[in-house]
Amino acid sequence: MLVFVTAMSTSIGNLSSTARAAENTALRLATTTSVVDTGLAAFIFPDFERACGCKVDAIAVGTGQALEIGKRGDADVVIVHARKLEDQFIADGHARERREVMYNDFIIAGPKDDPASASTAQSAAEAFKSIAVVKAPFFSRGDKSGTHTKELAIWATAGIAPGKAMPWYNALGQGIREVLLSANEKGAYTLADRGTWLSLRSKLPNLRIVFGGGSAAENPDKDLINRYAVMAVAPDKHPGVNHPLAVKFIQWLLQPETQQKIGRFGVDKFGQSLFYPCAR
Amino acid sequence: MDDISRGLTHALQLIVSADPAVMQIIFLSLEVTGLALVISTLIGVPLGAIIGLSSRARARGFITVLLYTGMGLPPVVVGLVVYLLLSRSGPIGALGWLFTPAAMIAAQIIIALPLVTGLTMAAVQSVDPNLRLQMRSLGATRWQETRAVLREARIGVIAAIVAAFGGIISEVGAVMLVGGNIEGKTRVLTTAIVLDTRMGEFDAAIALGIILLALAFVANAALFALQRRAGD
Repeated sequence: MLVFVTAMSTSIGNLSSTARAAENTALRLATTTSVVDTGLAAFIFPDFERACGCKVDAIAVGTGQALEIGKRGDADVVIVHARKLEDQFIADGHARERREVMYNDFIIAGPKDDPASASTAQSAAEAFKSIAVVKAPFFSRGDKSGTHTKELAIWATAGIAPGKAMPWYNALGQGIREVLLSANEKGAYTLADRGTWLSLRSKLPNLRIVFGGGSAAENPDKDLINRYAVMAVAPDKHPGVNHPLAVKFIQWLLQPETQQKIGRFGVDKFGQSLFYPCAR
Repeated sequence: MDDISRGLTHALQLIVSADPAVMQIIFLSLEVTGLALVISTLIGVPLGAIIGLSSRARARGFITVLLYTGMGLPPVVVGLVVYLLLSRSGPIGALGWLFTPAAMIAAQIIIALPLVTGLTMAAVQSVDPNLRLQMRSLGATRWQETRAVLREARIGVIAAIVAAFGGIISEVGAVMLVGGNIEGKTRVLTTAIVLDTRMGEFDAAIALGIILLALAFVANAALFALQRRAGD
């Protein structure tokens, strides 16, 4: 019993000191999953950690949840990709400005034999229409993520309101990787960002890009550009945030060396960039 | 099937090579769940005994229903409530616990406490009432009586601790929400498994799952040994 209690008190001591250290020297980043899951975070963040002598605590969630964490003042900085939601975030006073960091593009992935002939479409909306016409299975994120927001916008352009009434339309409520893996299993169409697609492609033998071309530059639909923005949570609204560190992080993210490194990420492994720098 | 056998090989490699990242995840899992279990036991066993031995039958009935409901608490809901409490915009945000192991321990205590308390209560109630009558007639104090009943019910009490351990070591919804699955800080076995699955690293996910099961087996074997010794 005595050993137990001693072990317990040292453990509690350790835990609270970790908590204190985190308070002073860690930047809390709520980010969309693709930044972490593709490996970009692990590729570039150590440079910042070395330069500032701090840790970046990355919490990888969907854009909707990342913004919610920011809105409650539980993150110092957010990286997300849903313009409308970002503008609302700023309008509500949770951040002063958004800075674009990088972009890639969305692609429509679908079964190799492409039963909807989506590959002959001229735009994403047209491709979605052809999927709806043949009632080919479509897997949606259904989770208020950046990708889901984009998908709904494309359906709106196509003049279709997908929902439960359409049995071929399935809202999975999961991350993009689960959705792609599920689509691969069930031969379904889905919308994905190219970065995730490239990093997961080897595990998706039954799927191919049916719309979006071989690279972001070749994507025929410029509306499919997927812009990632960074926002520091406003300290006047949320006094607890580490604003100075958040500002430093954003400056570092936008500086030329970091931007070049973002552009280099994945080229050796996938033959093309997963994210294109676009600091402005 | 290939994935599972690859996962098994992968698990062995990870354990044999003592991969530091994996060791850290294992250690944190044990630390969080271990502390949550110890605290739940220290509170739940006496509490369960007091409720079980209470003579106020009607109040006890109501508390029993509450406890049994608590055993069915969905971890995600516990996580969400703890998140909202610990959020900087929440009532106890000043603690700075959100996205730290402390928050994960708090959430796991809330999940484990009804299990320990409720099952201890049930174990205590199943002890022969004549024991208490005898003790009382021999002039035992309330405290002595409770201790004697708990000793009699120890097999059931250890089963309560085992159930709570199983409930929280395998729990993912709450620790994911309040811990944030931060690499090197709040990533435990279950949240690492979710991340690996999301990344399509199925054999790594299976490997961690096998490690989790192995840990649970060792912990339960220890508790079982304790239970058997108690039974003798």
